[in-house]
Amino acid sequence: MEWLTRLMMPPVGSEFAKEIDFMYMGLFWLSVVLFLMIAIPTVYFAWRYRYRPGRVTPHVTHNTTLEITWTVLPLLLCVAIFFWGLKGWMEYAVAPGEAMEVQITAKKWLWQFEYPDGSRTINDLHVPINKPVKFIMTSEDVIHDFFVPDMRVKHDIIPGRYTEVWFNPIVHGEHIITCAEYCGKGHSDMRAKLTVDTDAEFAKFLETGGTEWEDYFNGKDPKKSPADWGKVQYETKGCNSCHTLDGSKSKGPSWKGIYGHMVKLNNGSSVLVDDDYIRESMLSPNAKVVDGFEPIMPTFQGLLKENQIKGLIAFIKSLG
Amino acid sequence: MDQAITSTARIGDRPRPKKNYLNESKGFMSWALTLDHKRIGVMYLVGVLISFLMGGIFALLVRLTLLTPTHMLFGKVLLTAEQYNRVFTLHGAIMVFLFIIPAIPASLGNFVLPLMLGAKDVAFPRLNLFSFYLWVTGALMAITAMVFGAVDTGWTFYTPYSTTTDGPVTLMTAAVFVLGFSSIFTGLNFIATTHKLRAPGMGWFDLPLFIWGIYSTAIIQVLATPVLGITLVLLMLERTFGIGIFDPRIGGDPVLFQHFFWFYSHPAVYIMILPGMAIISELIPTFSQKTMFGYRAIAYSSVSLALVSFIVWGHHMFVAGQSQLATVVFSALTFLVAIPSGVKVFNWLGTMYQGNIKLDTPMLYAMSFLVLFAIGGLTGIFLGTLATDVHLTDTYFVVAHFHYVMMGSTVTAFIGGLHYWWPKMTGRMYSEAWGRVGCLLWNIGFNMTFLTQFFLGSKGMPRRYYNYLDQFQPLHAFSTVGSWILGLGLFITAAYLLASLRKPMDAPDNPWNGTTLEWKTSSPPIMHNFEDQPVLEREPYDYRPVAVAK
Repeated sequence: MEWLTRLMMPPVGSEFAKEIDFMYMGLFWLSVVLFLMIAIPTVYFAWRYRYRPGRVTPHVTHNTTLEITWTVLPLLLCVAIFFWGLKGWMEYAVAPGEAMEVQITAKKWLWQFEYPDGSRTINDLHVPINKPVKFIMTSEDVIHDFFVPDMRVKHDIIPGRYTEVWFNPIVHGEHIITCAEYCGKGHSDMRAKLTVDTDAEFAKFLETGGTEWEDYFNGKDPKKSPADWGKVQYETKGCNSCHTLDGSKSKGPSWKGIYGHMVKLNNGSSVLVDDDYIRESMLSPNAKVVDGFEPIMPTFQGLLKENQIKGLIAFIKSLG
Repeated sequence: MDQAITSTARIGDRPRPKKNYLNESKGFMSWALTLDHKRIGVMYLVGVLISFLMGGIFALLVRLTLLTPTHMLFGKVLLTAEQYNRVFTLHGAIMVFLFIIPAIPASLGNFVLPLMLGAKDVAFPRLNLFSFYLWVTGALMAITAMVFGAVDTGWTFYTPYSTTTDGPVTLMTAAVFVLGFSSIFTGLNFIATTHKLRAPGMGWFDLPLFIWGIYSTAIIQVLATPVLGITLVLLMLERTFGIGIFDPRIGGDPVLFQHFFWFYSHPAVYIMILPGMAIISELIPTFSQKTMFGYRAIAYSSVSLALVSFIVWGHHMFVAGQSQLATVVFSALTFLVAIPSGVKVFNWLGTMYQGNIKLDTPMLYAMSFLVLFAIGGLTGIFLGTLATDVHLTDTYFVVAHFHYVMMGSTVTAFIGGLHYWWPKMTGRMYSEAWGRVGCLLWNIGFNMTFLTQFFLGSKGMPRRYYNYLDQFQPLHAFSTVGSWILGLGLFITAAYLLASLRKPMDAPDNPWNGTTLEWKTSSPPIMHNFEDQPVLEREPYDYRPVAVAK
């Protein structure tokens, strides 16, 4: 019956997920049996006792034994299911003491992860395999919800409070993180990538912010230039939620056709958009704000590794 | 016993009176200022059906948008993310507040309840008309809010999203506030009517089970709706003056809003389902031509569902940040709901057993109810169980579950009840053949649309999503096609029901051989319901031959 479980549930990412799948399938088969206990008599009685003119039906007002039976038996069943669910819940609710702690800050519409060593990523969560990780979560605006289908866990993220959730990943590779509490326009795009690393991969990740960037700077693959690396950052670090590439106005200035040009700032002066200005705008974004825009961009200091900043500058340059 | 319902020759045991409630007086004002519960019921019926149509169009739009991940239709983007958010909010808000809460009690209940009691009218006819105009006012306010940009909060108005988003949220909330009062007054009226205006000889356990259901509903309407009213006033104050009840930036607690909201909105689920169950309790004994099995068990289960509904609201919030202990207690209490629901289903089946079952359109809807409610109820177990709820909550699994309960159960019962009392309300029979076609399409369309969504949800597709992963596309497309079949079924149903109004009156007084008092008067009833004060001679659903019963 494994195929049926796979048909209904996402891939398994933790031991907890296996337990939930087992419980889900248990409830599924129980429901199938109970459903047939209702559906079969409904159809069978309608056919077996179909209308015959003149037939007199028996006058049976009640049957106390039956009433007690179908009150008590379901009650016992419900008590059993409740405790089964409680067992799984206790596991979900209490994180192991040795769990690594990762801070999550959610906001419209991106995820920010902060690791114990202070390194930070956006929309890109890395965790080491076979080690429990506890997430301490808060929101900067409205309620969001940290949902990892492969781990079968989710919890709301509430502004002004910390909430917690944990899992112990056992499957190496990529999984999806998705927002499960409605938060407006970008709700359905509020996704992040969860990568379960080996210990060595995770250590390297913390050091450089991943290994993927190297492919873009060694010139071996013609499809991978530093500008392409910048495009990846644009799409994964949350730049695209405020900056467009086609010249249309969003919350921040479009990146099209700005490199090498003068732009007017909100203090009346002008500045040339060059490598140095772009770099400054990422690290201290509110130092020089372009005229007509609010100073709302958060700093990416510590969020962007050196290679990522280089890639982004190359990308903006390539847009002309 | 044999009732040839298609024959116009059989008008019932009396000649049809020339004057009835429909032609007693004429003109717009005779309807606008009527105090007759039957006319008010009919006006409510028209109102809730228009709302159902509006909410349904928004639902089809939502499904059409989700047909493909690109949302393209004929080369154009059907709805943008912002428009999509507004459309699903309107769908939910209209269906819940304008349609399903008033649907059965205010329309069918208003029409049938005094007739079943053998009364001339409800206890407070003027209050009844007032509550109808409150509903109209609320509906107009909601429509105004839609015209002026619409809201994108979801029908649940969760803070702090709802206190910070743009759009006429305050007007929309005010509309729901007014609609709440309409609901309270209707409930109050029904409670007083049931207590004071029963026919001579009619004790509490001689009441038709429809009344037990509507009475239980009325208790919830009167006790729970004020909490919604207070919550919405607080929300309006928060938006307008920033008083800091719900917004954490100014010292409020957003989870408090959810507690307040579900303290009403969970009982409101029973405002929706209890009247549906009430209709089913009429249809099954009547079309089985058999004495109701377990009358008292069904009556008590209605009241106990109404009471239990007040202590389970926290099951909407297992992962929302309420205390762990509260979560565990709410899960335990939630399982209590299963017991009276099960008791009802088993007693209905017990009534069908050894019956003489006529498969007319209302009975087909009653049987559909049993099957769809079984799915809706059983999938509730997955959500009430703590560990599985963590994965399933806020996904399409929940969407599918509550559509099985609200639409698959309550709306199915509503349509069944509409067919059952249609001859009484209009004096006309509808096309039985088309009735069956409509019911078949309803079942196919409904299950295609919503059974699919259980799989979407358990696979991890969150609700209220505009964009989705490509892997979900086949299931979304299947669900969307289902919604077209569902729409077609409803369109056909509307068409043949309206078509029946064009022919002369042909309905007998008692087309289904019912036992309750509304079948003792003419079809349609006269202005004052009965020629003489009816006296209860036999218990309801007593299908023994007359000689034996006496």
